[in-house]
Amino acid sequence: MAGLRGAAAIVGVADEVSPTGELGGSGRALEAAVIKQALDDAGLTLADVDGVCHSASSMGLAEYLGIHPTFTDSTNTGGSSFEVHAEHAAAAIAAGLCEVVVSVYASTPRSDRRGGKPRRRPDLGVNNPLVDWELPYGLRLPMAPYAMAATRHMAEFGTTSEQLAQIAVSTRAWAGLNERARYRQAITIDDVLASPMECSPLHLLDCCLVTDGAGAFVMTSAARARTLAKPPVYVLGAGTCHDHSIISQMPDLTTTPGVISGANAFAMAGITPSDVDLLMGYDSFTITALLHLEDLGFCAKGEGGPFVEDGKTAPGGSLPMNTNGGGLSYTHPGMYGMFLIVEAVKQLRGECGERQLESPEIAVAHGSGIVLSCMSTLVLGTEATR
Amino acid sequence: MSTKVPTETPLRMEPPISPGAEPFWEATRECRLVLPWCLACERPFFYPREVCPLCLGTAIAWRPATGTGVVYSFTIENRPPPAAFSMGKPYVVALVELDEGVRLMGNIVGCPLEKTEVGMPVSVTWEALSDGRHLPLFEPRREENAL
Repeated sequence: MAGLRGAAAIVGVADEVSPTGELGGSGRALEAAVIKQALDDAGLTLADVDGVCHSASSMGLAEYLGIHPTFTDSTNTGGSSFEVHAEHAAAAIAAGLCEVVVSVYASTPRSDRRGGKPRRRPDLGVNNPLVDWELPYGLRLPMAPYAMAATRHMAEFGTTSEQLAQIAVSTRAWAGLNERARYRQAITIDDVLASPMECSPLHLLDCCLVTDGAGAFVMTSAARARTLAKPPVYVLGAGTCHDHSIISQMPDLTTTPGVISGANAFAMAGITPSDVDLLMGYDSFTITALLHLEDLGFCAKGEGGPFVEDGKTAPGGSLPMNTNGGGLSYTHPGMYGMFLIVEAVKQLRGECGERQLESPEIAVAHGSGIVLSCMSTLVLGTEATR
Repeated sequence: MSTKVPTETPLRMEPPISPGAEPFWEATRECRLVLPWCLACERPFFYPREVCPLCLGTAIAWRPATGTGVVYSFTIENRPPPAAFSMGKPYVVALVELDEGVRLMGNIVGCPLEKTEVGMPVSVTWEALSDGRHLPLFEPRREENAL
């Protein structure tokens, strides 16, 4: 499957986070600020943009920016929205619908809460199975569905709380190398197990942060990418799959649709897991990251626990995972997928300072949306891999 | 001006009756658990909807369920919001696989929290809702208790 391989490249990225977890701006102004940074990074201007992606309102965004795009995408699949945007943008560019696409995300749940703004309620609507069949039982979102996945994984495969905790420990070690991370102090497995039990078997330190954050990427054709400021990061493969929206409809709580999105993306790229130098695997919870390792084929189903035990995903390990410090320790404004792409691109360009990997050529950004519902996998590569 | 919360306000969020689910809720008035079966596929499905999620057929029959199954997975909600129906106490949310093969969510009651486990046999029990309907919950199967 050749598909989109090498047709488009990410040429600009930016993200805004803060070690305090809070940012000064919000809303469209914050979106515009990171778009400007990403365009500057690429050496492009707003006048070059003819495609926009936004997880809620691509039309509202374009109006605010005063542009008239010929490609528009408001797809929302939760946290994986931005991997889906990248897939759609690459397809649109390959098909000639547009040439320069911007995707952006900004959310400020932490400062909103402090400022007394009411927490955003999920859109319950009518005829909503979540309201009919799950919320009456006091299902706590988003933790409880992931906790149930962890319970089932433990029962079927003997996975332990210590093994899940190791993912938080390894990820924190990466955050220690990133001066922009929210939490940097090293933690131990005991620290994770001693943190409050939220939804069993998930402890507080098995759960992602709640921070402000914003990010953007700019994508263009391979031909144009080569004329721009930074080395192009090519889209080598992309795949998306979803199989449920609410947790009681998930066919198997230990297997995500990442099995399909990953296989399709890897096939398009012509790679196997052993070719991957960096995995940016959405870590809303420790169990989320563990399921990605299995479903993308880095280890067999059920072996995620033993796989992470020796710190393989930590600095110095054989499979660097979430080198920015992840949703667990870097930032997590609610839909984290944008930050996977930003970090993957920066690593492939060699811009990551103390945490920089040694000449990585292939990175995978694997987004997970809603409750393990929609997985979207992007395989990204340097010029040498195209 | 203060607003007085009526004392009869249910603590539990009561489920609406969505199209396709009317017979399900009607049966709960008599504490009967019924499942929608697709007559073309000869299979039950859940949640109730107007069409069969396997073949899009609309010939659907409602048949009594055994009301027994096993815990597929669960979580103990350790830090419920103050307004939760449990009055702030931890509770179990589980996915239960019925003998008919469909999976539904419910609280596990009549069982110490720490005794809940994957594979535990359970049977349906009911909690009254404010409008005469009942909400299906699950408890450890009685014959297991007697052992």
